Amino acid sequence: MSGFRIRERRTALGMRQVELARRAGISASYLNLIEHGRRRIAGATLLRIARALEIEPAGLAEGADSALAESLLDAAANASEPVETERAEEFAARFPGWARRLLELSGQTAHLEGMVKSLSERMEHDPKLAETLHEVLSGVTAVRTATSILVDTESLEPRWRDRFCRNLDEDSRRLADSAAALARRIERLPELGGDASEPHEALHAFFEERGFCFPELEPGKDGGPGRIRTMVRRSDALKSAAARRLAAAALAQCAEDARRMPLKRLRPALRAHGPDPEAVAAELGVDLPQAFRRLAALPEEIAGASLGLAICDESGAILVRKPAQGFAMPKSAAPCALWPLFGMLRRPGEAARMRLRQGEAVVTAFVACQEVVPAGFGMASVIRPHMLIAPQAEDHMGLPVAEVGVHCRICPIERCPLRREPPVR
Amino acid sequence: MSRKVVLIEDERNIIEAIGFLLSREGWEVKSHSNGVDAVDAVRRHRPALVILDVMLPGKSGFDVLREIRDDAEIGALPVLMLTARGQERDRALAEAAGVSRFMTKPFSNAEMLEAVAELAGA
Repeated sequence: MSGFRIRERRTALGMRQVELARRAGISASYLNLIEHGRRRIAGATLLRIARALEIEPAGLAEGADSALAESLLDAAANASEPVETERAEEFAARFPGWARRLLELSGQTAHLEGMVKSLSERMEHDPKLAETLHEVLSGVTAVRTATSILVDTESLEPRWRDRFCRNLDEDSRRLADSAAALARRIERLPELGGDASEPHEALHAFFEERGFCFPELEPGKDGGPGRIRTMVRRSDALKSAAARRLAAAALAQCAEDARRMPLKRLRPALRAHGPDPEAVAAELGVDLPQAFRRLAALPEEIAGASLGLAICDESGAILVRKPAQGFAMPKSAAPCALWPLFGMLRRPGEAARMRLRQGEAVVTAFVACQEVVPAGFGMASVIRPHMLIAPQAEDHMGLPVAEVGVHCRICPIERCPLRREPPVR
Repeated sequence: MSRKVVLIEDERNIIEAIGFLLSREGWEVKSHSNGVDAVDAVRRHRPALVILDVMLPGKSGFDVLREIRDDAEIGALPVLMLTARGQERDRALAEAAGVSRFMTKPFSNAEMLEAVAELAGA
């Protein structure tokens, strides 16, 4: 905050910038940068400027309003209109009350936007919630339309007036019922979010934070153990040692997949075949699960599509989940048991592809198992079923379609033999 | 030009209100309340405009719209879609299916009348 205070004090004394710079033993251009908050000062320079301005250094030192200005800059980062960021310090110093109020409103807006996003996501994955909301909005439309007709229509014939009054009565009651049902559903429906303190949830949060892509692990970019340790250490999501170990292992696998399928070989294969894991695996000489992981870890502009990935262990617990457009995955560890991923536990030697309908969207799923051979004698091998989710391509149209859900609590599939719990009504 | 509108909507009171409003503007309104044979109704009436709800019994409005667009005789008709589902994904689905205008419920009577006049060129 020193910059603004220095300028304020200097102008109050009627002193020119050049004069103050001379007295403080610095250049005028450097002082200009300081006054505009582009350089921070402390120590001897601060003392000399304070002496030249005949003020105690504490009067110029940075204080609580520095943090306020930083917060203002953060809030301005997402502004839709240009903001005078270079004057944030001045604003915070001159109008601290307004600045705090602005930040409070900005925080409230961010919170509300988060709620809207979260509710939109829930609606997308919960047909019953979407249906109830649809009833409410249809009820509002009916009430609004009838009311407007009654209010706006001059000399409305009695038979129409009576009819719309009757409709209004009916629609108001229906609206009250559907609004109450919507409120009940929102209150009763538990968040399907996982516990971020669990190592696997922390790993997932880390993947989400990074958009499931790790360009620094591409061959030739020093993606060695040192780089992986740094990536893990710098993540806010990985708080426990167990989560950091999981992330380090997952990143090492990403680096290995990238080494086996470098972009310079992968790009031509993608241009020739699109994100078809079978063709990519054959062309690059890797197995299907490796191809699944590599394709899912590519940015969408390289992969050519939004690709999802789920990997589970032999107990069916999800180890990796990356949702794709048109295919949602719950954050809890209990996804729909109809996913073909779990069928691989019974047929680990097979690979299959099929179309999946989840709600209104249809995607193509590719499934295959990875066998992890033991590192020593007396240990059993383990299997890791993998499922890659891709948009349905034209040559997938002949594949069978299976209806699957996201999670039992929000699943509309009636008479599902694998249902674990009833849907929330 | 035909002054006929086919309204495909399953809410009886909304049909009544929209029917009343359009009739006062000189439109002849033919309503139909399910998605299954909605396309047949459009073919039969040959309207100047179709007003189509998304959530219909039997078949979704998106599927009805796709069938209309695939039909050589009625494929070029303007279609105004009314929906309570205003999410981006629904809008994208409607646009991909060839909607002329997408209107989210709740809408005002004036908005609806304006859209009808614009789309039907009245």
